[in-house]
Amino acid sequence: MQTPTLFALLLLLVLVAYGTGFSRAIATARSRGGVRSLASLPNYYGVHTALWCGLPALVILGLWMLFDDAIIRTLVLGGVADKPETISGQNLLYAQIQNLAAGNLIGATTPQIQAAADHLVSLRQSGRWMQTTITLILAAGLGVYTLLRISPELRAREKVEKVLRIILLACACAAIFTTVGILMSVLFESLRFFQSVPVTEFLFGLHWSPQMALRSDQVGSSGAFGAVPLFTGTLMVSAIAMFVAVPVGLMSAIYLAEYAGNKVRAFAKPLIEILAGVPTVVYGFFAALTVAPFVREVAQSMGMEASSESALAAGLVMGVMIIPFVSSLSDDVINAVPQSLRDGALGLGSTKSETVRKVVIPAALPGIVGGVLLAVSRAIGETMIVVMAAGLAANLTANPLESVTTVTVQIVTLLVGDQEFDSPKTLAAFALGLMLFISTLILNFIALHVVKKYREQYD
Amino acid sequence: MSTMTLNAGEAVPAQKEATQPVAEQTEVKSRAANPNSQVDGTVGSPFCDDAKLRMRNVNVFYGESQAIHDVSLDIGRNQVVAMIGPSGCGKSTFLRCLNRMNDTIEGCRVEGELSLDGEAIYGPKVDVVPLRARVGMVFQKPNPFPKSIYDNVAYGPKIHGIASRRAELDEIVENSLRRAGLWNEVKDRLDKPGTGLSGGQQQRLCIARAIAVSPEVILMDEPCSALDPIATARIEELIDELRENYTIAIVTHSMQQAARVSQRTAYFHLGKLVEVNDTETVFTNPEHDLTEAYITGRFG
Ligand SMILES: Nc1ncnc2c1ncn2[C@@H]1O[C@H](COP(=O)(O)OP(=O)(O)OP(=O)(O)O)[C@@H](O)[C@H]1O
Ligand SMILES: [Mg+2]
Repeated sequence: MQTPTLFALLLLLVLVAYGTGFSRAIATARSRGGVRSLASLPNYYGVHTALWCGLPALVILGLWMLFDDAIIRTLVLGGVADKPETISGQNLLYAQIQNLAAGNLIGATTPQIQAAADHLVSLRQSGRWMQTTITLILAAGLGVYTLLRISPELRAREKVEKVLRIILLACACAAIFTTVGILMSVLFESLRFFQSVPVTEFLFGLHWSPQMALRSDQVGSSGAFGAVPLFTGTLMVSAIAMFVAVPVGLMSAIYLAEYAGNKVRAFAKPLIEILAGVPTVVYGFFAALTVAPFVREVAQSMGMEASSESALAAGLVMGVMIIPFVSSLSDDVINAVPQSLRDGALGLGSTKSETVRKVVIPAALPGIVGGVLLAVSRAIGETMIVVMAAGLAANLTANPLESVTTVTVQIVTLLVGDQEFDSPKTLAAFALGLMLFISTLILNFIALHVVKKYREQYD
Repeated sequence: MSTMTLNAGEAVPAQKEATQPVAEQTEVKSRAANPNSQVDGTVGSPFCDDAKLRMRNVNVFYGESQAIHDVSLDIGRNQVVAMIGPSGCGKSTFLRCLNRMNDTIEGCRVEGELSLDGEAIYGPKVDVVPLRARVGMVFQKPNPFPKSIYDNVAYGPKIHGIASRRAELDEIVENSLRRAGLWNEVKDRLDKPGTGLSGGQQQRLCIARAIAVSPEVILMDEPCSALDPIATARIEELIDELRENYTIAIVTHSMQQAARVSQRTAYFHLGKLVEVNDTETVFTNPEHDLTEAYITGRFG
C-alpha cells in the first residue's frame, strides 16, 4: 500500500476510535446514572482511545520510514558476492542497482547487478506490505484494547493530558537537539582545524591570510589564521551600524507611538517596515556604488585618506537596514505600556516629553533592549553588505575609513570555490562559525541577564 | 443610617454658610414621579458663593455618544464634594474634565464653561501642564510608576522643581507618605519598586504621589475601592485633614464614605446631574426620587 493511503487509513481508524470511545463511555455510564458518573467528560474517553490507536502506530511508521532504506541497502549489498571495498565504490554500485530497479538504466548490466536489483524490488514490496500490516494491526489492536478498558472509573482526562504534555516536551526537545546537533558538528570540525592550527594562534593571531599553497614547496605555503582582524572588523561594522540604527530607530518609534496621529501612523509604520523587506544585496550595491564613493569624497575633501571600500560605508548602510528592527519592536513595546501610567504622569503635571522620558521609556526598556539585541545579532550576521562595501582585506585597524572584513564574509569566501574539504582553509570556516556561535551566545546570555535584572527591579 | 447621620451632622455648620446664600439661585424642580422618569435639570443647590471650580452647562462626548449632559456644578473652596451614582453614569468622565485628562482620550470632546479660580480651564491659551499641577488626580486603578517607592513620590516635586536639595526632597517624600498612611510600612524599603506593593499600598502610594506636588484641588476617583477598612479610615482622615488647605472632589461607590467625608454630595444618573445638596440632606431627605432610590439601594 502506498504511504499516503496508509496515512489516510490510519486517520480513518483514529476517527473511528474517537467515535467509539466517546459513545462507549456514554454507554458504560448509562447504567450508573448518566454522564455525570464518568470520571472525565466523554470526549476525553474518545481522545484517549484515539491517541492509543494512532500514536504508537505513527511512531512505528515513522521509525520504519527512517531505517527502511538503510536496512534494505545492507540486505541487498550483502547479497552481492564480490562488492567493492571502499564506501564510495559501494555507493556507486548501490546507485546502479537502484537505477536498474527503477527502470532508468538501460544498457550493459551484469547478471549479478540484475539479480541484486530484483532482490531490491522484492524486498521493497514485502517491506511495504509488512509496514502496512504491522501499522494497521497495531492501531486496531491498541484501539480495541483501550476501548475494552473504558470504564467510568478510568481517569481519561489525566491520561490525555499526560500524553499531551509528553508531545509538547518532545517538540521542545526537537528544537534543543537541533541546536546541540549544529553545535556538535561545528565543534568537531573546529577541533580538526585546531589540530593543524593552534588555538592560541587562531584566537590571538593578528594576521589573517588563509591561502594554502597547492604544493608544499611553494612560497607562503602555510596560511596565517589569526582571527583578531576579523573580529575587530565585525565589531567595528556592527558598532557603526548600531550607532545609526539605535537612535534613529528608537526615536522614530517614540514619534510613531507617542506623537503621531492615527493617520500618520497608519502609513508611516508600513513604510518604515518596507526597509526591512529590501533584499540585502540591494543594500549592498547601494552601499558599494553610492555610499562608499560618497564617504570617500567627503573624507578626501576633509583631507583624509579613505579607501574606496570602507567600514564606514558598510556600517552606515547596515544601520539603515536595521532601523526597522529597532523601531518596529520598540514601537510595539512602547504601545504596550499601559495608558494608566501615562495618565498618572500627565495627571501630576508632566509634559509630554517628561512622560515619555521618565515613565514610558523606563517601563518599556526591557523590550527595547530585547529589540536592540536582536538588531545586534542581525548586524553581526549580515554578510552581503560587507562583502560589497567593506571589502575582503583583513586589515587590523581602528580607522573606519579603511577597508575591513568580517567573520561571516570570511566564512563565505573560505567555502566558495573548489577546495579540499579537509584542508585547514575550509575547516577554518567552522572554527569561525564556532566563535561566532559562542559570541552570540554570550551576547544573548548578557542580554537575558540584563533584562531579567531590570524586570526584577520594576515588576 | 444612624452613624451616617451622626457623622454628616458634624459637618453641617460649615456647609450651611456655603450653601444657604445661593439657595435662591437654585432651580428646584418638582420631584420626578418614578425612578425611571426623565431627568431634566438638577434639583438641590448646585451653586455656591466661594467656588474654587465652576462648571456651567458641561457636555462631554465620546465620538458620537454623549456621556455628560448639560451639567452645572460649583465646588467650593476647601470643600469636599462627593460624586455618587450607578456605574457608567459618567462620574469619572466628569472628574477628568476638571484637569483636562480627557484631552488624552482620542475623540473625547468637552463643551461648556469650566473655570478654576475664575480662569477658564478650556481656554485657548491655557497650558495644561501647570493646570494639572494645580489640579491633581488619584485614579480609579492604582498606577504606580515602574520606579522605586521613593522615586514615585519624588517624581512630581522633581519635575516641578519644588525641591532643590536632596534633604528637602527627602522631607517631602516622608511627609507625603506619612499623610497617606504608608510611611511605617515602606520606610525600610523606599528603594524597592512601587509596583511590588500590594494593591491597597499602591493606591496609598498614588495618593502620596499626588499630594507631594501640593496641588490646590485633588480629584479622587474611587480612591478606596482597593483598600481595607483600616486603610480606608486613614484615607478618610487624610481627606478631612486636606480639606483645610485643599479642595477635593471624590467619586465613591460607598455611600457611608460619601456621608463621612463630604460636605456636599452630587448624584449622577445616566450622564445627568440629578441632585446636589449638602450631604446630610442627600442622605436623610433626598429631594429627587432617583436619589432616594439609589441611596436606599433600590437600584444602582
Ligand atoms: N474612553 C472612552 N471611550 C468611549 N466611551 C467611554 C470612554 N470612557 C467612558 N466611556 C463611556 O462613558 C460613560 C461614562 O463612563 P465613566 O467611566 O465616566 O463612568 P463612571 O460613572 O465612572 O462608572 P464607574 O462607577 O463604573 O467607574 C460610560 O457609558 C462609558 O461607556
Ligand atoms: Mg469611574
